[in-house]
Amino acid sequence: MDPLLELKHVSYAYHTKSGETYALTDISFQVQRGEFLAIVGPSGCGKSTLLSLISGLILPEDGTILRSGMPGASPHSSIGYMLQKDHLFDWRTVYRNVTLGLEIRHELNKRTRLHVDQMLKDYDLYRFRNAVPSELSGGMRQRAALIRTLALDPELLLLDEPFSALDFQTRLSVCDDIYAILRKEKKTAILVTHDLSEAVSMADRILVLSQRPARIREVIRVSFAREGLSPFARRNEPEFKDYFNQIWAALNPVSPGKEPA
Amino acid sequence: MSIEKFVPVSASQAAYLKRLKHRQYRIAGIRLLIFAVFLLLWETAVQRSWIDGFIFSSPSRIWNTFSAMWTDGSIFTHAGITVLETLISFAFVVVLGTSSAILLWCSDSLSEILEPYLVVLNSLPKSALAPLLIVWLGANSKSIIVAGMSVAIFGTILNLYTGFCAVDPDKIRLIYTLGGTQKDVLGKVILPGTVPLLLSVMKVNIGLCLVGVIIGEFIGARQGLGYLIIYGSQVFKLDWVIMSIALLCIIAILLYGAIGFAEKQCLKKR
Ligand SMILES: Nc1ncnc2c1ncn2[C@@H]1O[C@H](COP(=O)(O)OP(=O)(O)O)[C@@H](O)[C@H]1O
Ligand SMILES: [Mg+2]
Repeated sequence: MDPLLELKHVSYAYHTKSGETYALTDISFQVQRGEFLAIVGPSGCGKSTLLSLISGLILPEDGTILRSGMPGASPHSSIGYMLQKDHLFDWRTVYRNVTLGLEIRHELNKRTRLHVDQMLKDYDLYRFRNAVPSELSGGMRQRAALIRTLALDPELLLLDEPFSALDFQTRLSVCDDIYAILRKEKKTAILVTHDLSEAVSMADRILVLSQRPARIREVIRVSFAREGLSPFARRNEPEFKDYFNQIWAALNPVSPGKEPA
Repeated sequence: MSIEKFVPVSASQAAYLKRLKHRQYRIAGIRLLIFAVFLLLWETAVQRSWIDGFIFSSPSRIWNTFSAMWTDGSIFTHAGITVLETLISFAFVVVLGTSSAILLWCSDSLSEILEPYLVVLNSLPKSALAPLLIVWLGANSKSIIVAGMSVAIFGTILNLYTGFCAVDPDKIRLIYTLGGTQKDVLGKVILPGTVPLLLSVMKVNIGLCLVGVIIGEFIGARQGLGYLIIYGSQVFKLDWVIMSIALLCIIAILLYGAIGFAEKQCLKKR
């Protein structure tokens, strides 16, 4: 069976009047169904650009992106993209926010409404369905944004630093929540982050990117002796520190005769 | 559903609220007092012949003029015409201004091409256009309504367009990630997101339309408060002039208040 997603030698540069910004060079990797892939890299190295390419919002300058073995086949329908901020609209209730995608695609019907209601109940937002977003806590807002994405039933979920707007404590619990939701809904996910421990605590595999223009530095397969741990539980396992150090080393290679930046 | 919390009011909070209320009463009282003293001073000055009542009029003369025109009904004609023309030009500004701003937002090239023209037209003193309009369109309501529009329309377009462009680009990206098109961006983000701006621009516009209508009436009307002001000054009936100005003040306040009220209702409902 074809991998769910395959990138072959993808490169991308932004063109502006003041010059060219090379964001990605020669990126190749595959994502299998059911996998949780994390992509780490320094800020501004091109992580968000990579997700935009995968989602089809922008097209690669070079290379090809295959979704289920097909090039450029109607990207949006099978890919859910969660942006860095939740962007819940204050002029809509929580319910009308989470059904926004369905509304746009004209897929609001009895079946999809049931699905949304079920998710709202499962993830503890049903009581707040008629509230306005400003009444929700940071974690609840993030869950609402996730439900908005999941309502479209995407095969592949792209998460762009989804926890970066939260404070540390909320971040740990929301991380657990979202992870549990994704496992329960059996979603394939790509998580982009600059937080190494977040990557180690959630991913099956980690792609380490270099400074801009991003290349793939290393691919690290993550497996814990005890399986089925929550992200928070993983943080207490002995392997956690080893993976952390391994990624740290990959991000900050000390080349001979050169001071690490 | 809003999460209402019952919070018992402490004694110091109650005292604070009471002080706040007292202050508000005091301010309102002083405002009224200033107005009363002004009227009184004006009236006395004319009665005692400190100033010439023929030129400066007086509160009692204004009142007499007003009640005479009320009885013969002419005040309703003049004020009614002015208000009607203002409302019509305002309606046109709302519809044309908003749709032009949307059009500019939809096409980057169009907005770039037209921007210098809009800026020039916006900074042009619109009273300069009024005589031209009268010649082109005739001395009738049509040119007065267009004069009212001309004062407000260009600023409206520029303000709204700027507001549309200031919408968070990530919110727009969100619509695209959900599979939307430019139409969805407009309908789900740009327009609903700029309703407060739209309302505040309109609150200013109603006053601008009134200005434009009065300018138009100065030049080419046989009815309306602007006509009354010009005619009154020409035949030295300054009671008419000053009464019309006072009436314009009241009309301006009422129009502004009406839009302000609509704004509050609209924002509360969201
Ligand atoms: N629309 C754009 N136009 C020009 N340059 C851009 C644009 N978006 C991003 N960039 C540049 O591309 C580089 C990578 O951006 P991004 O993918 O957002 O990085 P990351 O998500 O890893 O922080 C940055 O240096 C950024 O300045
Ligand atoms: Mg980013």
